[in-house]
Amino acid sequence: MVSTTMRVEDQPDLPGAARHTFPHDLDVAALEPSPVKAAAVDFSFYYGSFHALKRVNLPIQEKRVTALIGPSGCGKSTLLRSFNRMHDLYSGNRYEGDIRLYPDNTNILDPRVDPIEVRMRIGMVFQKPNPFPKSIYENVAYGLRLRGERNRSTLDERVEEALKGAALWDEVKDRLQAQATALSGGQQQRLCIARCLATDPEILLFDEPTSALDPIATGSIEELIHQLRARVTILIVTHNMQQAARVSDYTAYMYLGELIEYGQTNQVFLRPQKQATEDYITGRFG
Amino acid sequence: MQQPQLVAIRTIIKSNKRWDLLFGVAGFVALMIGVLTFAALFAQMAYNGWERLTPEFFTNFPSRRAPQAGILSAWVGSLLVMLVTALAAVPLGVAAGTYLEEYAPKNLITDIIEINVTNLAGVPSIVYGLLALGIFVYAFGLGQSILSAGLTLALLILPIVIVATRESIRAIPQHIREGAYGLGATRWQVTRDHIVPYSMPGIMTGVIIGMSRAIGETAPIITIGALTFIAFLPPSPVTPEFPWISFEWLKSGFTVMPIQMFNWTSRPEEAFQQNAAAAGFILVLMTVAMNAIAIWIRYRLRKNIKW
Repeated sequence: MVSTTMRVEDQPDLPGAARHTFPHDLDVAALEPSPVKAAAVDFSFYYGSFHALKRVNLPIQEKRVTALIGPSGCGKSTLLRSFNRMHDLYSGNRYEGDIRLYPDNTNILDPRVDPIEVRMRIGMVFQKPNPFPKSIYENVAYGLRLRGERNRSTLDERVEEALKGAALWDEVKDRLQAQATALSGGQQQRLCIARCLATDPEILLFDEPTSALDPIATGSIEELIHQLRARVTILIVTHNMQQAARVSDYTAYMYLGELIEYGQTNQVFLRPQKQATEDYITGRFG
Repeated sequence: MQQPQLVAIRTIIKSNKRWDLLFGVAGFVALMIGVLTFAALFAQMAYNGWERLTPEFFTNFPSRRAPQAGILSAWVGSLLVMLVTALAAVPLGVAAGTYLEEYAPKNLITDIIEINVTNLAGVPSIVYGLLALGIFVYAFGLGQSILSAGLTLALLILPIVIVATRESIRAIPQHIREGAYGLGATRWQVTRDHIVPYSMPGIMTGVIIGMSRAIGETAPIITIGALTFIAFLPPSPVTPEFPWISFEWLKSGFTVMPIQMFNWTSRPEEAFQQNAAAAGFILVLMTVAMNAIAIWIRYRLRKNIKW
């Protein structure tokens, strides 16, 4: 098995001149270098005795979209869920190594770090849209309420801002008190994104956010992710390679719990360094 | 397909379908045995008690003269005992069920507790009566009161409430929990803001099913010493002087509908049998009404909860 040991220190150098012609409509700013927002450092994860992630080293660039791709069971969702300590909810799970958050250089896996603090800093959007069976307004306001916000006008303002940020405001501004579950699947997913945005997370995690949606709703979510990268660091798991190519600036290919290859998306897709990556993205395997 | 083959297939289908018909008939008969038996009992009771169903029947105390006897002390007693039962069983049962589902670590001890809670629902009610006689009536000195009876019945329906709570909590999809935890909620915030509200329809249904069992219970109430003949009402919970609310009624002696019924059925006179039938009719109506309320609450609350 091929294994990369890309260190945080030697994150890929991205000189504009060496840029590959990219077939998609990609924002040029994506290719400007940006600081590292977070990084998995020699990170291993165990479900009981099952060694699900093996010494993964992965930098996450600030205000960029990083995609995690790989066949089912490769550990991409496991890795994503480690970033907000979702695994703490279930017993028998164990982390090893670090996931560091910058610039404060906190190891969010440290047992002394409260997972609730981590989740307040890092938001997550799930595979299946999971709005609470409450009103649209209450869904978006919930994260603020958890942070003790009681002021009605502040709440109103932040809810509107978040819904605008998630490109949902125009569709729901006249029915904020309506049940969130009455929205369409794509609207529900954008509502879940708004719910995260309301509290200004440092990183937004997306776990296959469009796998339960139709192609049109998928398009609007992708468009939204593209807009959001200006304000938040994004890590997205997708099983759809075209989606990874469309929305991400960096791509990490994983297989059987190991990070096989990481690099700029155009480089990973057009000039993969590893045979395994090439086999996967060309469809010969996976 | 050849004609002989078709004929052969049709014969087989025909013989196979005989079992369809047979089970259809057997199932219908089985259903009717249940439904008609109950309908006949209920009709008989209504017919026998019909003459006694006057407004005075509800406003009179029991009496040695059957035509003057009423169920005032019984229905008031039943109502007050049910009130105590609900106030005790709902918070205890919901808290216990929620703890088991959301907080308790999954280990051998919780497994044992879980199995036992489920089994408690099957313990004969007289056993609860004996337990309550020892604990509530004597050890706690609550006496043969409405409070003792309410707490006894609360104990009796507690397993039903716990099981209903756990089942409706388990019906909440995990991704809803993760959504709340993902925003930085603590376990208590998830429980208070999501788990309990979303499981409320199921919990209320369980509570009312438990209550409609409790309202008909006789054995444990007799065991703790409810009176069978009672011609007074418990003190009013509202008083004319400060502090306007009184809890004296909790300590009062009482009787309940099934005991009143039992008392009348054990009399030899025909007229008292009529009273018993009338009281039975009212008791069934009370149970049906409670179930109707359960269905209505479930419908109202569930309308807004879907995943």
